[in-house]
Amino acid sequence: MFGFLLRRLAVLIPTFLGVSIIAFSFIRLLPGDPVALLSGERVMSPERHAQISAQLGMDRPMVIQYFDYLGGVLTGDFGSSIVSKKPIIDQFFALFPATVELSLCAMFIAIVLGIPAGVIAAMKRGSIFDQGLMGIALVGYSMPIFWWGLLLIILFSGILQWFPVSGRISLMFYFPQVTGFMLIDSLISGQKGAFASAVSHLALPSIVLATIPLAVIARQTRSAMLEVLSEDYVRTARAKGLSPFRVVGVHALRNAMIPVITTIGLQIGVMLAGAILTETIFSWPGIGKWMVDSVFRRDYPVIQGGLLLIAGIIMTVNLIVDLLYGLINPRIRH
Amino acid sequence: MKRTLTLAAAALLSATFFAGAASAKTFVYCSEGSPEGFDPGLYTAGTTFDASAHPIYNRLLEFKPGTTQPEAGLAESWDISEDGTVYTFKLRKGVKFQTTEFFTPSRELNADDVVFSIGRQIDPNNAWAKYISGGTWEYAEGMGFPKLIKSVEKVDDLTVKMTLNRPEAPFLANLAMPFASILSKEYADSLEKAGTKEQLNQNPVGTGPFTFVAYQQDAIIRYKKNADYWGTAPKIDDLVFAITSDASVRYQKLKAGECHLMPFPNAADVESMKSDSNLKVMEQEGLNIAYLAYNTTQAPFDKPEVRIALNKAINKKAIVDAVFQGMATPATNPIPPTMWSYNQETKDDTYDLDAAKKMLADAGVKDLSMKIWAMPVSRPYMLNARRAAEIMQDDFAKIGVKVEIVSYEWAEYLQRSKDKNRDGAAILGWTGDNGDPDNFLDTLLGCDAVGGNNRAQWCNKEFDDLVKKAKVTSDQEERTKLYEQAQVVFKKEAPWATIDHSLAIVPMAKGVTGFTQSPLGDFTFEAVDIAE
Repeated sequence: MFGFLLRRLAVLIPTFLGVSIIAFSFIRLLPGDPVALLSGERVMSPERHAQISAQLGMDRPMVIQYFDYLGGVLTGDFGSSIVSKKPIIDQFFALFPATVELSLCAMFIAIVLGIPAGVIAAMKRGSIFDQGLMGIALVGYSMPIFWWGLLLIILFSGILQWFPVSGRISLMFYFPQVTGFMLIDSLISGQKGAFASAVSHLALPSIVLATIPLAVIARQTRSAMLEVLSEDYVRTARAKGLSPFRVVGVHALRNAMIPVITTIGLQIGVMLAGAILTETIFSWPGIGKWMVDSVFRRDYPVIQGGLLLIAGIIMTVNLIVDLLYGLINPRIRH
Repeated sequence: MKRTLTLAAAALLSATFFAGAASAKTFVYCSEGSPEGFDPGLYTAGTTFDASAHPIYNRLLEFKPGTTQPEAGLAESWDISEDGTVYTFKLRKGVKFQTTEFFTPSRELNADDVVFSIGRQIDPNNAWAKYISGGTWEYAEGMGFPKLIKSVEKVDDLTVKMTLNRPEAPFLANLAMPFASILSKEYADSLEKAGTKEQLNQNPVGTGPFTFVAYQQDAIIRYKKNADYWGTAPKIDDLVFAITSDASVRYQKLKAGECHLMPFPNAADVESMKSDSNLKVMEQEGLNIAYLAYNTTQAPFDKPEVRIALNKAINKKAIVDAVFQGMATPATNPIPPTMWSYNQETKDDTYDLDAAKKMLADAGVKDLSMKIWAMPVSRPYMLNARRAAEIMQDDFAKIGVKVEIVSYEWAEYLQRSKDKNRDGAAILGWTGDNGDPDNFLDTLLGCDAVGGNNRAQWCNKEFDDLVKKAKVTSDQEERTKLYEQAQVVFKKEAPWATIDHSLAIVPMAKGVTGFTQSPLGDFTFEAVDIAE
């Protein structure tokens, strides 16, 4: 297992370097000059432009800028935002808990609903339930998140008024952030109603963010289950007279889970991409919204720093999934 | 499931109700974006000023609410020397800085604070000139402060003397602008001592109506009433900015009672807002202009009659209807009607395709092909430049002028449109900084701005003399006359087709009182109240 871990870690290094090159160079390929944008319609004199570019170190050759940046990153210095002038690492970790909280809730919904839905669909293959469920999954998979989010806001917040429109907690509640996770902080605060408020604020964005992963997980579970259910050992288990629950729940499901776990791992990346839109619609103060704002402002250090940190996190999650995979399926370790 | 949800919602509502009954009067503003920081000198965006300069700070002069007229602020009175270069300000006595969790002031406002706040922006050797990495004083730079101000000196505790290198009539209006906010020198000193200078931009202390409490990045900014405020005390106890970047979501929040007031609605939502009995909508012409700048150095656009002929072929009403759904007014003059010295007498070129065709023929122009540059971004003064360009293209075709529409990425567009050899007429616009006509007429059309902000590359001696004279004249009546004449010259020469002034629309809950719309587009809440 240790060798396996080392091999996986060794692959991470070139991947990380690749991502850093892409993050660094692609933003610079986009047209648009962050220094000129600082002054908007007001014209900046060429001398002033040169002065600020020099101050930001942007007048040096790209390669030197890259290695300088990489050097910073390796020592934990991701630079400061051109706009807010705050260190990127501080901003990232101030906003990251909000994204994690949202993503975990969405993943929870996607797994808790997606796996049973896929299992049932597989067991009742061809039934109306199966076809209906897969039809819904297809719709969920193709849903434009932006439109879906607004639709839910208009229906559940605007017309029915069951849920708040946006934000993380009612403005009535004010307490210091201890962990950055609103569900935990609201409990720690001891303020009456705070936790309920946090849950109700989390509901709609989680549902929106869960939609695509839910559809993917349900479809993947269904096809994996179908494959496993036709295996000889399942027939043997049935022939032994085991209850259908044991056959499916113990013998089939565990084997069907291997591709499903891979899918879930891959969905983490999809989810962070989805979080960008979801956070923008629901004014959710996470890294997705922060990155979108930064792209519009051509805030290079934030975009490249944010991308690297997100990529680093996705790689770590994938590593954990790989290790988990090894635990479930001992053959992989070798 | 439905039942559970309803129960949960009911429990939540009751919890909210009880929490609300005990709490103070809180006003919630659904702001459109996050502030970049809290030291207004470092930034240029209105969103940042609404969150920093207006609630937290004051300036030597303040714009009288609802106008662009500067009036006494932290300076009680001022004298201007005969030659217009020395300004002596008498500061208000007994103005207290806010007491916050992170700072307790030991003294009242004095001349040191003014010298500190302005000095750091004009002197690159000031100890606070580069207190934050990458920070620049972009607005002071843009308004020419480093070159304009020779010195800022303390005369005594309550007297400050500012010496200029040349007379500049808009100077008082400039001092009322957000970037000229007055910060506490005592607070800055304490931060310097603690080695945490950058906190000046994160934990602000000022003399304004609201005290900063906390900012949760990209989500919420909290303020409380400044109990020691020198002006009229705010009527609300707490002010909250709920940052909501999507306009449709802001509207939903306003409808659901999650906020009391919102800026920048979608044009398409305004009708339904007006018909909602729980809301009211205020509107006012913004301090802005969108224009089509011809390149007046290139034939045949160097002839005023050609430019006027083209102006006559632009259907501004159609543009306003198509692009703004009526939320703008066609523009006649290069300055908006809310600005002092707006000339009511000038007549716009009427939309008349036959007359336009004839004028072009008379000028000897045949088979004209031209480019129209359309901005790639939506700005308050022009929501969709390509659509506007298409409408022009259509009309120009009817008078025999072939139009090709071109566009570039925004920063590129701004850069290339400055070029003296630019091929084509460019759509662009401007939002006023300080309500002074100089900020439009000289900044955008003066001879010095050719190759820069003067996108028409238009240098007309008669016009330039008028605006330059107005710039150094202190008497406002005299300045008004000069600017009125300048507008007549502008119309006669037509370096631009003036397109529109957009309307600033502010929807709010019915119970909101005391909100005054600022022609400068500021959102200030010191006078607002909420009906119980």
